[in-house]
Amino acid sequence: MRMLKFLLQKELKQIFRDPGIIRILFIMPIVQLLILPLAADYEIKNINLGVVDHDHSEYSRQLVNKIVSSGYFRLKDYSPSFNQGLKAIELDKTDLILEIPTHFERDLVKDNQSTLFIAVDAINGVKAGLGGAYIQQIIQDYNQDVRMQWIQNPKLNPQPTIDVTSSDWYNPNMNYRVFMVPGILVMLVTMIGSSFAANNIVREKEMGTIEQINVSPIKKYQFILGKLIPFWMMALGVLTIGFIVARLVYGIVPLGSYFTIYVFASIYLVAVLGLGLLLSTYAQTQQQSMLVSFFVTMIFNLMSGLYTPIESMPAWAQWVTKFNPVSYFIEVMRMVMLKGSGLADIRVHIFAIIGFAIFFNTWAILNYRKRTG
Amino acid sequence: MKQFLIFVKKEWLHIWRDRRTLFILIWMPVVQIILYGFALTNEVKNSNIAIFDQSRDVATLAISDEIAASRYFNLVKNVSSYKDIGATFRQGKIRMAIVFPQNFQYDLLHTNSSQIQLIADASDPNTANTLTNYAQSIINDYQQSLNQNQQLPYTIKAQVRMLYNPELKGAYSFVPGVMALVLMLVCTMMTSIAIVKEKEMGTMEVILVSPLKPFRIIIAKAVPYLFVSLVNIITILLLSVFVLGVPIVGSLWLLMAESTLFTITSLSLGILISNSAKTQQTAMFTSMMSLFLPTLLFSGFLFPIENMPIPLQIISNVVPSKWFYIIVKDVMIKGLGFGAVWPETLILMGMTAILLGISIYKFKIRLA
Repeated sequence: MRMLKFLLQKELKQIFRDPGIIRILFIMPIVQLLILPLAADYEIKNINLGVVDHDHSEYSRQLVNKIVSSGYFRLKDYSPSFNQGLKAIELDKTDLILEIPTHFERDLVKDNQSTLFIAVDAINGVKAGLGGAYIQQIIQDYNQDVRMQWIQNPKLNPQPTIDVTSSDWYNPNMNYRVFMVPGILVMLVTMIGSSFAANNIVREKEMGTIEQINVSPIKKYQFILGKLIPFWMMALGVLTIGFIVARLVYGIVPLGSYFTIYVFASIYLVAVLGLGLLLSTYAQTQQQSMLVSFFVTMIFNLMSGLYTPIESMPAWAQWVTKFNPVSYFIEVMRMVMLKGSGLADIRVHIFAIIGFAIFFNTWAILNYRKRTG
Repeated sequence: MKQFLIFVKKEWLHIWRDRRTLFILIWMPVVQIILYGFALTNEVKNSNIAIFDQSRDVATLAISDEIAASRYFNLVKNVSSYKDIGATFRQGKIRMAIVFPQNFQYDLLHTNSSQIQLIADASDPNTANTLTNYAQSIINDYQQSLNQNQQLPYTIKAQVRMLYNPELKGAYSFVPGVMALVLMLVCTMMTSIAIVKEKEMGTMEVILVSPLKPFRIIIAKAVPYLFVSLVNIITILLLSVFVLGVPIVGSLWLLMAESTLFTITSLSLGILISNSAKTQQTAMFTSMMSLFLPTLLFSGFLFPIENMPIPLQIISNVVPSKWFYIIVKDVMIKGLGFGAVWPETLILMGMTAILLGISIYKFKIRLA
């Protein structure tokens, strides 16, 4: 126990006497939390609309006005022919063309029916899908308005209609930042946990100071614990800074309790630090450990559900995410912060992460050799 | 010229004899394009839903079946109370719940009006929106089938055509993005390390005392990596056509030429980083921090640039991959010719010239 105390003292001194580390530790999370959520806004709005109006009637003008005033569309192009409208799509000036045929108004009033033509730039499938759906909804609304002008509304609906109401739980304002900030926090904590810990041990190897530890009576587990605990505390500190920034800047307060998050985070960090230690036992130089931990964290982050939903991935990739500790923490973070899940709701995640922690750390301790060469 | 070729040969041997690095260089793009090409997608499908059916009649069962059968939804649970819905949401098991009121069909047939409530987990706003829209259109279809024979008066029909990507596949927008990401990482990181390595090992001194001009030394460093990158471009294109099913609609030669241009831009950026970095670690860290995140965020393939605040939109213009992403999208997927992408090409050329100019200007002939 005394031995561990001395080791901890040494590690903490080493960390706090390096101004570079302190700077990265405090400034990086704040800067990233300030920039990333602003950039990572995937809300579909500002769809650029091009209109090809062959009719130039009262109705076509009303329709275009209604679409533009919905707030989702920005009128960017007004072309006399469809081909010219298509040019605008090719040049990325517009995302969607609405073509109103000649005699649109006349056909609608006389023949009871009229057809609009919509072409969507579908390279980004999600944007195209939502954009198409929005504009169709607006056209239907407009259609209803027109009908109301011509027909007296009967007391009962003339034919069966299903009224669909939708409610958005947990994030009624559809604020994308509320969704991204918890995920970005996880990414930060993970990066600090794994790469810092990995680099720290390899540095002792490169500088040769590990030799001194190897010839001392320090036990393997004491050495590993001595490395784990300081980084564990630092990462929890960064998490706390992150929560403060989230609260002050974005006004995000978790619906669930901080206690639940910290319980999970403490176990999660043991797992991630274990992974860092494991990588460090294999690497000989800082370059190797950086390259490998960068590669691993990149795959972990992209496959974690932070940027793209896990359900959308193919079955084999979803299976891969089961072996990704980051995906568990991101899910837990979002569940607790947005939906107010409690410890009982996340028990499966907790068991999984305990498994990771035991697995990585056992492997790291077994693989750590007190001999050189 | 002969001296120059000898230098190129020397650099080539550096790469060729370090088989481990060469292996990573050749295989990393393959792994990445397959992993990300398949796994990174925004398409919403197979979302887990729960149904709270309070009337259990023919109509609600028919609608539930339609919804469960679609490829967007995956019915995992039938719940029996509103409280149950909340609990299931909190366990993270479902993305949406559909609530049918009591006497659904009775109301539908007798008063011609019934209601369905869709409750979406909006913690992910996009998925919530998309799911609501899908469910709504399935319900609309059902409603249409009820009054098939009656034509409503004054009906506006909308015909929607999806251009370029009729199946709305995610790979169409991700392949160009991953291509930019991979090329940027490989070219910039590798060249920057290659030059700094000579500094760290002390072999730079030998080169500096040679009669070769600084400009030539730098070019000689970059040429072998240009070849490696060309191999990478070809593998990426082959994989995207034959494995991911994203066709090359435009001219292959134009695409190759533009990719080579982008490779040269990335290489010059790598050379610039290596000039200012003292250790391999700094070089690597700078290329990762200044490339990976900005490429991911600002090239526009993951997050729409037009949604960002104005200062960030301005910053995004400095990121070379943004322009390359536009070029690849235009040439590869829209099938446009050089006439459409010349402004972006000019910008990339300008960036390359500036980057190379600064690196040559800053290249120090003297040690320390």
